[in-house]
Amino acid sequence: MSARLGFIMLVHTALDRAAQVARFVAQAGSPVVIHVDARTPPQDRAALVQALADLPDVRFCRRFRCDWGKWSLVAAMQAATERLLGDFPKVERVYAMSGACLPLRPVADLQAWLDRHPDTDFIESVSVADVNWTKGGLSEERFTLHFPVGFKTNKWLFDRLVDAQRLLHVKRDIPDGIVPHIGSQWWCLTRDTLEAILKDPMRPVYDRYFKRVWIPDESYFQTLVRLHTRRIESRSPTLGKFDHQGKPHVFYDDHLQLLRRSDCFMARKIWRGSDRLYQHFLSPGSGEVNHAEPQPSRIDRHFARATEQRIRGRAGLYMASRFPMQNRENGKTAEPYSVFQGFTEVFRDFEGWLSSVANCRVHGHLFAPRKVEFAGREKTFAGGLSYSASLRDYNPRAFLTNLLWSARGERQCFQFGPGDTQGRRYDLLWFMATDSNAQISVISGAWAVPLYLSGRDVAEIRREAARLQRIESDMIDILHSPHVRARIRIWTMAEFLENPAEPLHLLFDEIAPHVQSRMIRIPELVDLNGFGSFLQDLRNQGMQPVLMGDFPTTPLPPGPSHRMK
Amino acid sequence: MRRRRWLFRARRKGRELRAVNDRTGAIDRDAILLFATLRNEKPRLPYFLKYYRDLGVQHFLIVDNGSEDGSGEYLGAQPDVSLWRTGASYKASRFGMDWMNALLRRHGHGHWSLVVDVDEFFLYPFCDTRPLRALTDWLDDAGLRSFGTLLLDVYPRGAVKDQPCIEGRNPLEIACWFDSANYTITRNAAFRNLWIQGGPRARAFFADQPKAAPALNKVPLVKWHRSYAYVSSTHMLLPRGLNLTYDTLGGEKASGCLLHAKFLATLGDKAEEELARGEHYMGGREYHAYARGLDDETNLWTKWSERFINWRQLEIMGLMSKGSWA
Repeated sequence: MSARLGFIMLVHTALDRAAQVARFVAQAGSPVVIHVDARTPPQDRAALVQALADLPDVRFCRRFRCDWGKWSLVAAMQAATERLLGDFPKVERVYAMSGACLPLRPVADLQAWLDRHPDTDFIESVSVADVNWTKGGLSEERFTLHFPVGFKTNKWLFDRLVDAQRLLHVKRDIPDGIVPHIGSQWWCLTRDTLEAILKDPMRPVYDRYFKRVWIPDESYFQTLVRLHTRRIESRSPTLGKFDHQGKPHVFYDDHLQLLRRSDCFMARKIWRGSDRLYQHFLSPGSGEVNHAEPQPSRIDRHFARATEQRIRGRAGLYMASRFPMQNRENGKTAEPYSVFQGFTEVFRDFEGWLSSVANCRVHGHLFAPRKVEFAGREKTFAGGLSYSASLRDYNPRAFLTNLLWSARGERQCFQFGPGDTQGRRYDLLWFMATDSNAQISVISGAWAVPLYLSGRDVAEIRREAARLQRIESDMIDILHSPHVRARIRIWTMAEFLENPAEPLHLLFDEIAPHVQSRMIRIPELVDLNGFGSFLQDLRNQGMQPVLMGDFPTTPLPPGPSHRMK
Repeated sequence: MRRRRWLFRARRKGRELRAVNDRTGAIDRDAILLFATLRNEKPRLPYFLKYYRDLGVQHFLIVDNGSEDGSGEYLGAQPDVSLWRTGASYKASRFGMDWMNALLRRHGHGHWSLVVDVDEFFLYPFCDTRPLRALTDWLDDAGLRSFGTLLLDVYPRGAVKDQPCIEGRNPLEIACWFDSANYTITRNAAFRNLWIQGGPRARAFFADQPKAAPALNKVPLVKWHRSYAYVSSTHMLLPRGLNLTYDTLGGEKASGCLLHAKFLATLGDKAEEELARGEHYMGGREYHAYARGLDDETNLWTKWSERFINWRQLEIMGLMSKGSWA
C-alpha cells in the first residue's frame, strides 16, 4: 500500500547509517534507489550492497562523482529518480533524501500526511529576486555569471573571477520561459511533475544551462518545478536548519526530545555517531498512524538562539573566544550601573543611605589608589575579584567589566573621583562615558570637601587641590565629548546644594523605579559652614577653585526641605 | 622563518627521546591522539587515562622525563600508550615543547591532536553527551583547524597541603572550586593570540606583580600538520592563524576549558622538588611563589568561589562558549 511513496537517497560517507535508514524505509514497503558517490571506495559500496541484498526494493543507480555545488549532484538525482519511476510504476511521489537524513516518524505517517495533500509538490522554491538568506553573497548572480572554478577548490580565484565578471558586466542569458528559483535540495515531488521535468523536450537546453550555474542542486528542480506543478507548497518536507555560514546544523543524541517534539517526518543532518537517535527513531513503531502536523518552529528557536550567540554574543562578556575590538562590543558591559562622583564627599554616609533605600550593591571608591573599596570593604568580590590595587590597575577596564559581568542581576553602584586610578589617558572614564549602560553623576568640585574637613593648612593642600581640579576638569571635558553614550549629569557643587533633593530624586527614579513613590529621607549633608571661606583661602594662596560654581563666602541658609517630594 | 627555527629545534631535541614502547603503528588513520610530557605523576595517571579514553582519545603519546615513581612502568603496561623516555633537561627542551613538537611532527600529521598535561582536563560544549569525535567532525565541517580554551585553575576548599591526590580518584572531586570572573585579556599582536591572566594564582601569588602571572590561554586541540609548531607551551602556535580562536566583532566562537587540577597536596612536595631542580619557566618563579604560599597553608578558597558542576555552568558563566554549535 505504501508503495505509492518512493525514496531516492544520495550517499557518500557513513554508509552503515545510510543502510540502516534504507532498511527502515524499505521494510515499511517503500522502494529506495540509492546513489553512491563515485568517489566512495568500491569496498565500502560493496559492503552497502551486501548489507541490503535481502531487500528487493532497494536498488542502486548509475554513479557520478559528486562535487559540492556542481552539476553532478543534479545528474545523480535525475538518474536516481528515473530509475525509481521506471522500476516502480506504482510510485506516485518521490522523496529526495541524503544518507545523513533520519526519518523521525514511520513512513505510514508521512504517507497519510501526503494523502491529505493530493497533487501537491513539497519543495522550497523562492524567487532569487526576493531571497534574502543566501549565504556568501551570490543569489541572482548564481544564474548570470560563469563559474569555471570550484568554490571549494580555489576560493580566492573563484572570488576574483566573480569580481572580474561584475566589472566587465558579463551576463549569461537565462533560457526563455524559466524564472530562477532556489531552495533546499531535499524535496518531495509527484510523479507527474517529475516526469514533466525529465521528459520536457526543452530538457537538453535547460540541462546545458544549469550545468554552468553555481550550486544547481539548489536551483534545478526548484526552478523547473514552477513550469509543471499543479500545486506547490514552498517548503522543504525535511527538517533542517542552517547556521550563519549556511552550513547545516547537525543533530546529536542530546537533541532527541527536541526532534521528537517537532513532529517532523525527516531531519538532516544527523551526526553518524548518534547511536541513541538511530536506535530511537528507527525502532518499529506502534503501527498506528499519527496525524500530528509537523512543527519545525520549536527547533527553529533553539538554533536561532545559537546563531545569535555566534553572531552577536553576550553583551559585556570578554573571554577566550570573544574579544571584540573597540566599539564592536554589542554592549560594552553586561548591565546598567551607576557611577557617583562627589556624593560621598557632600553627604554623610551616602553609601549606607543608598544601599538602605535602593535595592542595589553600593561600593565605595572601587578605583581608590590604595585598595579596592568593595561594598562592606570585603577583600574579595563576585567572580573572585581581589581588593588588591595592583591587580586591578593591571587592567582597570577588565576589572570593571568582570565585576559587572559576574554581578549580573544586581545593579552595581560605585563612587569615582579625580583622586582615583584613571587608567592610561583616562582610559577608564572614556570606556564608561561611551557605554550606554553607565549612569554617571558628578557633583563637580566636591573633591575639595575632604581637603577642607582635613583641617590641614591651606598652604599645604594647595598643590593637591590644584591637581584634583586639573584632573576633574579633564574628566568633565570627556563627559562633554560628542562620543558620549552614557547618561551623564553634572552639577557644580553650588548648584547641587541649592536643592539637593531634586537631583537625588531624579537619579533615584532611574536606579530604582519601583520605589519612586515612597517618601524617602535624603541623607544628611556634611557640615559646610566655613567651606566658602576655605575656598577664599585657597584663592588667597594663588589657586583658583572654579569647579564648585559660585559658592558664597558666607554660610548657606538651611535648605527649604530635606524631604523628597 | 621563525616556524622553521622551532621545527629545526624540535627535530634536534627529538633525538633526545628514546622509545620505550612504540605502538604508533597501531594508530588508525583518523584516530584522535593525545600528547603529554610528565615526570613522577603516578597518582594522577589512572584517572587521567580513563578521563581521556572516555572522551574518545584513541592513542596516548607520552614523554616520560625521568620518572622514578613507577609512572614509566605503569604507562608501559597500557595497550594504547606509546612511551618515550628521556633524561635530558626539561628546561633546555623549552619545558617539554620541543619534545612535543617532535612527536607531533612525526605522528600527529593529519590527526586531531590534544596536547595537555596530566593535571589538565579538557571540557568542551556538550562533552557529557557528545564524544570528542563529534566535536572534531564539527570542526572539520566548519573548516576549523584549532580549538581554543581557557586554562581554568580549580582548587580545594581549605589548605592545599591537606588535600592529597588519591590514585585513581577524580581530582575534580576535591579540587572543585574556581574563580568565575577575574580574568584579564590582552591581545598579543605578534602571534595574534589572546593573552589571558588572572584566576586564583594571580590573586594569591602574583598580587604584587600581576604581569608575571601565568598565561591561561591555551589551544590544546589542533588538526595537526607537520608544518605546525607550538611556540610557548600550548599558549600559542605557528602559523599564527591557528591562534585566531576568538571573534573580534562581538560574536562568540565555540571554545572550551582546561580544568587545571594542580592544587592538590602533591604540589607542596613537587614545588620544593621542582625548585631544587630549577627546570621551570622563569627560574620556576611560579613554584617559588607556590612553595612560599603553600608553606603558610594557603587557602585559595573564598566565599565567592564557585563549585564546579558541569560544562553548562561554565558556559552560562561565560568561561567557555557553545558558539554556533547547538
